[in-house]
Amino acid sequence: MTRPTAIGGPGLPQLPVVVEGTPPLAPALDHPSRIRRETIKQIVRSPTFIVGAVVTLFWVVCAIGGAHITPYDPINDSFTPSYSPPTWAHPFGMDRVGRDVFSRVLAGARSVLEVAPAATLLGVVMGSALGLVMGFFRGWVDNVFGRLVDAVLAVPFIVLAILVLTALSAGSEGINVTSWQLIIVIGIAFTPIVARTVRSAVLAERDLDYVAAARLRDERAPYIMFVEILPNVMGPIIVETTVRLGYAVFAVATLAFVGYGPQPPSPDWGSQIADQYADVTLAWWAVVFPALAIASLVVAINLIADTVQQVLDT
Amino acid sequence: MTALAAEPATAALSLRDVEIAYRVRGRDREVVRGVSLEIGRQESYGLVGESGCGKSTVALAIVNYLPRNGRVTAGGIEVAGRDVLKLKGDALRRYRRDDVSMVYQNPGTAMNPSLRVGRQLAEVFRLRGADRTEAHTRSVAALREVHIADPESVLRRYPHQLSGGMQQRVVIAMALATNPSLLILDEPTTGLDATVEAEVLELIRELQARHSTAVLFISHNLGVIRRMCRRVGVLYAGELVEEGPTAEILANPRHPYTVGLLRCIPRGGLRKDRGKLDTIPGFLPPIGAPLPGCVYVHRCGLAQEVCHAEKPTDHQVGADHQSRCHFHDKAQSLPRATSNTPVQIPIDKGGVPLLELDHLAKTFRQEGHEIKALGGVSAILWPGETLGLVGESGSGKTTLARTLLGIVESTEGSVQVDGRTLPPKLGDRSRQDIASLQIVFQNPDSALNRRHTVRRMLKRTLAKLAKVTGNAADDRAQGLVDDVRLPERALSARPMSLSGGQKQRVAIARAFAGEPRLVVCDEPTSALDVSVQAAILNLLVDLQGSKRTSYVFISHDLGVVRYLSDRIAVLYLGRLMELGPAETVFDAPHHPYTEALLSAVPTVDGEERARIVLGGEIPSAANPPTGCVFHTRCPRFLGDICVNEEPPLVEVEHEHAMRCHIPIDELRHLQATPPPPRSRDAV
Repeated sequence: MTRPTAIGGPGLPQLPVVVEGTPPLAPALDHPSRIRRETIKQIVRSPTFIVGAVVTLFWVVCAIGGAHITPYDPINDSFTPSYSPPTWAHPFGMDRVGRDVFSRVLAGARSVLEVAPAATLLGVVMGSALGLVMGFFRGWVDNVFGRLVDAVLAVPFIVLAILVLTALSAGSEGINVTSWQLIIVIGIAFTPIVARTVRSAVLAERDLDYVAAARLRDERAPYIMFVEILPNVMGPIIVETTVRLGYAVFAVATLAFVGYGPQPPSPDWGSQIADQYADVTLAWWAVVFPALAIASLVVAINLIADTVQQVLDT
Repeated sequence: MTALAAEPATAALSLRDVEIAYRVRGRDREVVRGVSLEIGRQESYGLVGESGCGKSTVALAIVNYLPRNGRVTAGGIEVAGRDVLKLKGDALRRYRRDDVSMVYQNPGTAMNPSLRVGRQLAEVFRLRGADRTEAHTRSVAALREVHIADPESVLRRYPHQLSGGMQQRVVIAMALATNPSLLILDEPTTGLDATVEAEVLELIRELQARHSTAVLFISHNLGVIRRMCRRVGVLYAGELVEEGPTAEILANPRHPYTVGLLRCIPRGGLRKDRGKLDTIPGFLPPIGAPLPGCVYVHRCGLAQEVCHAEKPTDHQVGADHQSRCHFHDKAQSLPRATSNTPVQIPIDKGGVPLLELDHLAKTFRQEGHEIKALGGVSAILWPGETLGLVGESGSGKTTLARTLLGIVESTEGSVQVDGRTLPPKLGDRSRQDIASLQIVFQNPDSALNRRHTVRRMLKRTLAKLAKVTGNAADDRAQGLVDDVRLPERALSARPMSLSGGQKQRVAIARAFAGEPRLVVCDEPTSALDVSVQAAILNLLVDLQGSKRTSYVFISHDLGVVRYLSDRIAVLYLGRLMELGPAETVFDAPHHPYTEALLSAVPTVDGEERARIVLGGEIPSAANPPTGCVFHTRCPRFLGDICVNEEPPLVEVEHEHAMRCHIPIDELRHLQATPPPPRSRDAV
């Protein structure tokens, strides 16, 4: 067999050697920390994110400041006549008992922002754990929990929440819902939704060879789930968290509206609307401004969620 | 129809100083740096180069379909005399419909999974004005043309109901349906088995001749290019560094990059005990890097000052042969990047075998079906020995590897290591047993956790398998990184900042952390470029020499298997068809299946043997053929005995076992001549 002369195969004269030893690392153009910085920069620079963040931040400041930063005391200051329309002194007008609606709307941020983030966190933590277990073990574990998840999702949120809250406050006089109870209820309601998202991400991960490699060094299931797989499904979890946060705000307001939330004279948005919506033709400002507050916070959080999702998905 | 008939003199494709840039993070980064080439009508032109060289970008620019951030910044592209870059809207659609077709690497994603094949194929004709019945008849004819025996039934199926080879035929049928003046094939056979690849290549050649289409054939595989193309262009960092007739370039390369590429390929029966493979040091420059001099200067053993300062021009080095190198006349004296000293690895056949497989079998159960993926494989492996596993996909190579490791639980038979029988289930194996058998996976992206640093991976493995922690573990991790020739700072890197070859080195370091007795290498280089492959193969040989590890080496690349293996096992449908010393298996007489496999591989050295085309696909393991499982495709089919009786695996020569009814002496006689063509089996 004839071989071309250029190849230096066996039997050909040995050529001199010039380069030997360790190759350099790949050109560090796309270093991970640099990529992370770029990702964050990309999020922070997006106009949708800026609008969302500014509005959310505004409500966070209101929630922290509470009665200290409102022009009037949201609960105790009362002016006559009640239901007076917006003026320069009281830009959002006056409510039924003559309280400044502007002050009450600002102060109302607290009860929502006390509950929504904590409830989201609870739901995401429990949902991620459940999703990891379902996706990792598959088989009967997945089947059993999967049916449970379906069952919970089949019940409308508001029905589920009222059932649980009524059960939790059984025995006490009337309805008396604490923030903790709200957090737990919303957290439970979110768990199956988060679990589904995380499960599908885990299903894709667990077939990758690094999981087999972990098994080939005698790792136990919890280690593989939480140390090997979890960091790789953080993207979907973060996206889910921001999306859920918006829904949590909405859920808190809805529950307060139907009476399961802070009770009067609390300045909570949902209970303000519930309290006065019968009079909306008489004094629209007492209902519309709290409603706009809810809408602005939900939309702001969704703007943030959209940006995060877009950047993490591409 | 097009300008074709009017201007017979124009080339099918001509690129003039084409420059293409991608806009990444606000900056234009140049990927194609002034490529000029011309493909005559009916000519086939090959474009080779490693990944990232800009091959696919060129192809996309030709169909004016660059990604949104990509742009042709200079130069011109003409197809059949028409300026492609000026086309917009309707004219562009018409151009793509009539003049140019493209076949992509993965036929599975080139078709719409939710539409029947018939509808997708008919669309091509409907778009050009055919009515429903005419489109149907023409679809049937198009499938007949690509040798699909039962076109009506294929038209009714969904893409996922076809095998990879069949899908690619349908895609080729679609591409040629419009009689384009230019057909672009972008790695059309890379995902296919060698046997199927051989068939598809044959088909492309035949159709090209019939349709008188010009072909731009993009591939990283020089063997395929050699079989398919008359002329070839070598692309490096977006520049055409060498161009000329294929046979001339392969025999007489005049650019150091081409010379280096050719030296990386294990060929001509090269084996590890006869010499090392040469490698190409360094890395492809990142896209957009400023390259004032020669693009190859950073990796070139011949580079002088002038190479850094001055861009070489195209030197005419032969008839129709150009090289863009200042020292083209010295290219072939390029010094080796790796010494050629072979490593001698003694095989210890004295004591207990390291690994003994005794009728190891695995049957998967799926929806009531039994799929016998592995049907009783027996083999032994000595310390320091390498067993190569070859066979088409679906032959059970990976199942065998995973069963012996315990990732997949065997249903019958046993695995013994140093005389101890291991439990079939990984969870029941002791730490020592787990540590003694390790694996290097095919795809390092999947095998390494993206979120963990190299240090963390290695230290965790050391802690679990070698019970080494603390400072000792740091030292050992450092040692491992040295062993696989990674720089120290690789320890704190995450997989993302490593190149493909470096990731595979990390995976190898991890496999060696627990001081294994046997490492399974499951296609460890098939996801890598040839220059990186050569370095990884050299590394595996070095490690085997210093650590006396045994390998089970799985690869579809027979040249690679031959280079590394002491003995070779040929699998078909989960059965061992042939087992013997590497040289014996590769030289006649061999099993008819081995013979077919060997003849299917396109080699850089040209055709050495008559080609045997294996008809059809590998049968389903759920319903294997009776008698000899290979009888449905066997080129040396005898008759009833093959259909009714499964031949036993018998030792036909010293250490050489085979499962065939034909006596060895007759095979030796038969294989001196190619077999008579066998009628094609129905789809």
